[in-house]
Amino acid sequence: MTIIPESSATSPGRPSGALRQLLRNPAGVVGLLILLTVILMALLAPWIYPGDPLDMVATPLLTPGTDAAYPLGTDAMGRDVIAGIFHGARVSLLIGVSATVIGLVIGILIGSIGGYFGGITDNVLVRITVLFQTMPAFLLVIILLAISTPSVTLIALSIGITSWPTVARLVRAEFRSLRNAEFVLAARTQGFSSWRIIFQEILPNALPAIIVTSSVMVASAILMESALSFLGLGDPNKVSWGFLIGSGREMLRSAWYLTAEPGLALVMTILGLNLLGDALNDAFNPRLRER
Amino acid sequence: MLEKRHWLLALLGRTLLQVIPTLLGILLIMFIILHLIPGDAVDVMAGESGGASAASMALMRDQYGLNLPAWQQFIRWFVHVLQGNLGFSPRFNAPVTELIFSRLPATLGLMVAAQVVALAFGVVFGVVMALFVGKWPDRFLSLFTLLLYSLPGFWIGLMLLVLFSVELGWLPSGGNITIGAQLSFWGTLKDSVLHAILPVFSLASFFIAIYSRLTRASMLEITHQDFVRTARAKGISPLRVTVRHVLRCALIPVVTVAGLHIATMLSGAAVIETVFAWPGLGRLALDAVMARDVNVLLGILFFSSLLVLVANFLVDLIHTWLDPRIKVR
Repeated sequence: MTIIPESSATSPGRPSGALRQLLRNPAGVVGLLILLTVILMALLAPWIYPGDPLDMVATPLLTPGTDAAYPLGTDAMGRDVIAGIFHGARVSLLIGVSATVIGLVIGILIGSIGGYFGGITDNVLVRITVLFQTMPAFLLVIILLAISTPSVTLIALSIGITSWPTVARLVRAEFRSLRNAEFVLAARTQGFSSWRIIFQEILPNALPAIIVTSSVMVASAILMESALSFLGLGDPNKVSWGFLIGSGREMLRSAWYLTAEPGLALVMTILGLNLLGDALNDAFNPRLRER
Repeated sequence: MLEKRHWLLALLGRTLLQVIPTLLGILLIMFIILHLIPGDAVDVMAGESGGASAASMALMRDQYGLNLPAWQQFIRWFVHVLQGNLGFSPRFNAPVTELIFSRLPATLGLMVAAQVVALAFGVVFGVVMALFVGKWPDRFLSLFTLLLYSLPGFWIGLMLLVLFSVELGWLPSGGNITIGAQLSFWGTLKDSVLHAILPVFSLASFFIAIYSRLTRASMLEITHQDFVRTARAKGISPLRVTVRHVLRCALIPVVTVAGLHIATMLSGAAVIETVFAWPGLGRLALDAVMARDVNVLLGILFFSSLLVLVANFLVDLIHTWLDPRIKVR
C-alpha cells in the first residue's frame, strides 16, 4: 500500500507544484485573469442585464459610444449588443466545458482500456479512434444537428463525441509506457482489480497531459459552437457570440462593429484559454522552460 | 530500382490495410445516421405525392426492401455506394455524386492553396523564431502567432472583408471568379488570384500559427543534437547546417501534424466558404442543411473522409522522402 503515494509523489508534474509555477508565469496569470473575467460576465449576466437579450430595448443601429446606456451600441433590431455579449458568455462557457467533459470521459475510457489491455481490444479501439479522426468533425456535427432540433445540450453532446480522439491517443500512449512499470506490477501482485489499477495507479500519471489538453479542448469547443451558431445552426432560443457575429454580418457594410464586438469577446476568451494552456504546459514540463 | 518499388508497394499495402476498416466504419456510421432520422423513404414519397394508403405504403416498403433486417439493408446500401451511387438530391435535382464532383475542385483548390500558404509562412516564421530565440523577433512573432492561433477563421475573414473589400475596395468580396467577365488567360488568372487572397489567408491563419510554433519547438530541440554539432565541426556553413540538417529534421513533425490537421482544415474550409460565397463543398453542405437534404450531407461526409485518407497517404510519401529511414520499417 505504501508504494502508491510514493510513486505519485515522485512524478514530475504534481498539480500543487504546477499551480505555483503557473502563478509565477505572467502569460499564465494574464490568461487566468481573462478567463475569470469571462466567467464573471457569465455569472453576472442575469443580474446586470436582466430580461431577454433578444428583446428590443432602444433605437436600432446606435453606434457605439453615442448613448452611455448602450456602450457597445444596438443592432438592426434595437437589441443591446453588450447584453448579448454578457449572455453569450454563458452559452460559450457552458458548451465549451460540457463538451470537453464529454470528450474527456470518452477519450479517457477508450485510451486507458486500449492502452492497458492491449491486443485485439486495443486494435479495435485504435481503429475507432482513427475513424473519428478521419471524418471532418465539423461536418459530422452539422449532420447530427441537421437531423434533429438544435439545443444547447445536443450541441454540447455532438461536439463532445467528435472531440475525444486527441485525449484517447494521449491517454493510450501514457498507459502503454506505464503498464509494465514496477509500481503497476506491484499493484498487480497485491491483487488489485484492473479498474483500480487503471484509475488509481496509472491514470494520475496522465493527468498533467490531460489538463493541458483540456484547456485546448475547451477553446476548440467554444470555437466550434461559435462557427455553428454563426451558420445559423445554434440553439435558436439562446444568444451566443457566434449568433451575434452571424446576425451582425448582414449589416457588415454599414455597421461592422456589430460583427467586430462579439468577435473580440470570442478572441479574448480563446486567447485566455491558449495562454493558460501554454503556461500549464510549461508548469508541468519544467525541463522545457530552461531552453 | 527494384528496392524502390518494393517499399512503395509495401506502403500501399499497409495503407490499404488501414484504409479498408476505416472506410467500412464510416459507411456504418453513415448508415446509422440515415436510420436515426424519423420516417423512411416511403414516408417521404407518400408525403410528396400528397398521401398514400397504409396498404400501398406496406407494398412499397416490401418493394424497396425496407422490411429486410438492418444488416441486409446495410449490404444493399453498401453495394450502391461502392458503385458510386449515393442517391438523388430532390433539392438540387441531381445525383449526389454529380453534385459533389461539381463542387469538389473549388474546395480542393482552396485547401491546397491554404496549406501551401500556411506551410510557407509557418516554416519561415518558425525558423526566424528559432534563430532569434529570446530576442525581439522571437517575442514579436510568438505573440503574433498566438494571436493567429486564437482568431476564429470566419471572423478574421469578415474583418478582412470589411477592411480590404468594403473600406479600401481592393479585393472582391465573394465568389471565386467574376461571373460573366470575358478575360484573357492572364486576366482569368489574375481574377481568380484576387478572389482567392482573402479566403485563403482566413483559412490559413490558424495553421500558420500551428506550423510556426511547431517548427520553432522542433528546431530548438534538434539544434542541440550531436549530428548538428558534428556538421558544424566539419566546417559546413551555418546556413547550410540550418537548412540541410536542422530544418529537414524539424520538418518531419510539421508534416505529421499537417496530415493530422487535414480534417480540421476541411471543417474550416466549410465555414470560410460560406463567408466568401466560395462555391465549394462547404456551401453545398450548408444549403443541404437548410433543405434537410441528408443524402447530400452524407455524400459530402463520405467524400471528405476519402479526401482525408488520400491526403494522409501523400503525407506518408513525403515522410519517406524527408526521412529515408522510414522505408526500412
